[in-house]
Order: sequence, then C-alpha cells, then structure tokens
Amino acid sequence: MTGNALSAHNLHVRLGGQPVLHGVDVAFAAGQWTAIVGPNGAGKSTLLKALSGLLPAQGRVQLAGQDVAHISRRERAQRVSWLGQNEAASDDLRVWDVAMLGRMPHQDWLAAPSAHDRAVVETALRATQAWDWRERSLGQLSGGERQRVLLARALAVQADVLLMDEPLANLDPPHQVDWLEQVRCLTAQHTTVVSVLHEIGMALHADDLVVMQAGRVVHHGACRSAETHRAVEAVFDHRIAIHALDGEWVALPKR
Amino acid sequence: MTYVSCHRVWRLALVLLLLCVLGVAVGTLVGSTGLESWMQAWQDQVAQQIVWDIRLPRSLGACAAGALLGLAGAVAQGLFRNPLADPYLLGSASGASLGVAVALALFGVNPFATEWLVRMGLTSAAFVGAVLAVMLTLLLARGVQHTLRLLLAGVIVGVVLGALASLVTLMRPDVLLGMQGFLLGSTSFIGWSACSVMWGVYVVALLIALGVSRVLDALTLGEATAQSLGLPLVAVRVVLIAVLAMSTGAAVAQTGLVAFVGLAAPHLVRSAVHTTYRGVVLLSSLMGGVLLLAADLLARGLLAPQELPVGVLTAVLGGGYLLWLMYRGQGAGGVR
Repeated sequence: MTGNALSAHNLHVRLGGQPVLHGVDVAFAAGQWTAIVGPNGAGKSTLLKALSGLLPAQGRVQLAGQDVAHISRRERAQRVSWLGQNEAASDDLRVWDVAMLGRMPHQDWLAAPSAHDRAVVETALRATQAWDWRERSLGQLSGGERQRVLLARALAVQADVLLMDEPLANLDPPHQVDWLEQVRCLTAQHTTVVSVLHEIGMALHADDLVVMQAGRVVHHGACRSAETHRAVEAVFDHRIAIHALDGEWVALPKR
Repeated sequence: MTYVSCHRVWRLALVLLLLCVLGVAVGTLVGSTGLESWMQAWQDQVAQQIVWDIRLPRSLGACAAGALLGLAGAVAQGLFRNPLADPYLLGSASGASLGVAVALALFGVNPFATEWLVRMGLTSAAFVGAVLAVMLTLLLARGVQHTLRLLLAGVIVGVVLGALASLVTLMRPDVLLGMQGFLLGSTSFIGWSACSVMWGVYVVALLIALGVSRVLDALTLGEATAQSLGLPLVAVRVVLIAVLAMSTGAAVAQTGLVAFVGLAAPHLVRSAVHTTYRGVVLLSSLMGGVLLLAADLLARGLLAPQELPVGVLTAVLGGGYLLWLMYRGQGAGGVR
C-alpha cells in the first residue's frame, strides 16, 4: 500500500476576512493523479494554494507524513511544484529562461545553471513540445503555447508533488491529450499529481476525484466509482450526467 | 541564459560601453572655450583645469547619474511588474527633493557646492527622502499587488512631497535659485567628489541588483509562483527598494530631477534584446549612462556658449519617446 504524499487536516482559510475553506480534511496518495472538481467558488484553487503554502492557513498540512511547518522553504519548493491559474509572465522573457526558473529551488543563489539543470530543462521543454521555441520570447507565443511553456517550468522543478490549477486553460484538444499522457508518465515515475479542473470529462480520467462545494470536501473517491459520479452530478445541481462511453467516462449536459 | 542570448547581451553591453567611453571623450572637447582648452591642456594650467577638473568629471558624472537612473528604472519595472514604473513615479524623486530642500533650508548651503562633506550630506538627505517616499507609497498602496493603486499612491506621494518641498523653499527664499536648478536637473556642477559618490553607489547598487536579478525574473511569473519557488520575497523586496532609493537618491542629489532616463532606458534595452533581468539591469544602466551623456553633450553644444539644463532635454526627448511607445502600442518594447 502506498502512503500519502500530501495531506491536509482541519484546514481553514480566510480570504479578505471571509472564510473560504471550512476544516478541509483530504489526503493524496503517492504516485496517483487526483483531480479536484466543483462549482465556481467551491474553494478548489484556495485549497491548492493552501496546500502549496502560498496562503496563510489554520490546520495542518503534511508532506509525506512530515509537518510542512518543520520543512524549510527551499526544501518545500524542491518537493512541491505549483502551476497557477492564468499565471502571468513577462512577454520579454524567453522560453528557455522561463523553464529554467523551475530549477531555482535546486540552485545556489549566484550559481550558474549546471549541465544537469540544462538537461532537465531540455527534457521538460521537449515533453511539452516547446523545445523548438526555446529562443523565442513569450510575447511571440499564443495562449496555448505559453501554457505549455509554463507547464514545462513546473515540470522542471522535478518535485515529488505537482499541483496544477486549471492546467488545460488555452490548450487545444490534441495538447490536452498530450497533457493527459504527460500526467500518466509522471505518475508512472511515482510523482503525485493534483489538478483543479473545470473540464469534468478530463477530470474523469484521473485516478481519484475530490469533489468540493462551499469550502468543503463533499466526496473523495475513485473516478470509476458510481458514488463519485453521483457526488459530481449533485454538486452541479444535476445539470450534468456522467455516462460510460467506450470504456471511458464522459460528462454530458442533462436535458 | 542560452549561448545566443548571452552573446547578444554582451555584444550590446560592449557597444554601450564603447559609446560611454566615446561620450566621455567627446565631453572633454565640448565647452564654452571649445577645443582650445583641450589643445592647450598640456601647457596651460587653466586649460588643464578646464579639461581635467570641469569637463571630465562632468562627463563621467553624467554617465554615472544616467547609469544610476537606468538601473533604478529597470529595478522599479521588475519589482512592481509594471512597464510604466520609474523611480520618479513612485514618489522617490519628490522625496529626494524634499530631503534636499530641508537640508538646504536647515544648513543654508549651496546645492552645487563640491566639498566632500556637503555632497555626502546632500546625498544622505536625498537618500533618506527617497526611501521614506517609496515606503509611504507602498504603505498607501497596501503592498505591490495592485499596480494601478501603486501608481496612484506614487502620484499622490509625489504631489504632496513636492508641495512640501515648495513650501520649504518658499519659507527660505535664499535657497530658491538652488532649488530651481535642482528641479530642472543639471550636470553642470558635477565635480570629482560628486562623481566618486555616484560611481561608488553605482557599483554597490549594480552588484546587489545583479545578485537578486533572478528573483525579478521569477516575479514576472507572478508573486505566487515566485513564492512557490522558495524565494525569500519579503527580504528581496526590501533589498530592491533600498537599491531603488539609493540609486535614485544618489543621482537626484547630484544632478537634480533628470526626467525620463529611468523609464526610457529599460524600454530601449527590451526593444533590442529579450533577456533575463541580469541582462536588463546591466544593459539599462549602460543605456542610461549613454542617454544622459548624449543629453549632456547636446545641452552643452546646442546653444553654445550658453547651456540648457540637461533635465529639460531629457524631458523633451524622453517624453517624445514615451509618446512614440504609446503610439506604437503592442510589440517589442512597446507600452503594454
């Protein structure tokens, strides 16, 4: 049995004085892909940020059973990689430089990138099919192309846990499929992937699904379980229905 | 940086460095006595003094002040993630003016005196004023998250501190002339002592800025991503604000309010190369040096033997450049 790579216990977060997460308890199994779904304002992105240590939160977050409060900022950055929603980026930075930023947690303050850093960045850029643009600036890329570069930046961290908020934004269907394969490849290497996804159809390809509503986890189960499907349908007011199609699960609008 | 980018950065740095050397060399030839002083510098002691003690430090000082403003501009735009941020827009220049006005009013000294102690005192007053003004701007804007609020706070702080500086000046009319020269910006009175102060501050500020430049790169991906990379953002922000205030304070204390160099230099660099902040910081400072040297030469040469305040020229040229950037809109180096 695999242990938990990341877990939160009784997690409370307030934003602008308003409570957003109400005592969330959740655990993500190592080497698994978990998708977090829920309606707008459910607290999905907030949970991901709190798990990454980017928001002040009450409660306990553990990384492989170790309390994150006892882990240094740098070690945490090496072990948890985070890809934000609508991540801003300067148009002036080149693709290579953006991906190289992912190596910062591993580099000494004034050290130049090592041969290993360069090899990792090349692998990450090739994995997201962004290698050919490495000399171009971000300003010369489309929204989807930028997203692939930013994904390469997150991959270049080579963290045990990869947290992604809406990673499919701006990606066309072929590159969404590439992303799925990339995630499968990562979990095969025992990386834990947690992603917030709006596309329920894509989320249903994950190993596990965390269903959130109004700042609480209302269900956590395997994607293929009927109980999980019912929970997803319920948080979306039964406006969608999950059906089986060619051995996969799809979410369709309910008439 | 990959090889190609690195190559471009060094090539541009070399070109700008050569332009600086050329500008300083030409600066020793230009003045009210023209080439005559230069030709006789080896025989005539007065001519030697004109070249060695007036023209050379003035040119080197203009280059240093431009370099400081270019550096401060690059740091401000990176730190506040706003291409329109320049040291003055955040109120630091007005703070420095108030500092200088208070120092002048309290001690009744000539703003363009060249003695070491006076220069150090004015630089310190300008530095403290600049730091306090930036702090006040950050306080009013409640951090650096909202750029519009930040710029608005900067404008407000600038207006209020500018008004206070005017008030101080009005209460002590004897410093009015000195303050007017300070507000217009001038490179005329830079001596060796001012030159040493500025180059000293430049070397320190450049080394610090280059040291933390990778954090500026990470900040382009947003605050949260930079934080997720394990960077000590609060400490680095404090250091960068100190660099910003120190550079602006040193330049403004010696040359007055030279306009637009801090804004234009980083934009000119970005329109030439796409590189990391390590390159942008270095190149912007060199570009600032070239810009102010060029403006200084024009100020001396356009109406010779009369002189224009260099700040007037940079405002006209820099303002024109800004309008052109806005007209051009999108694109490399455009205002986004």
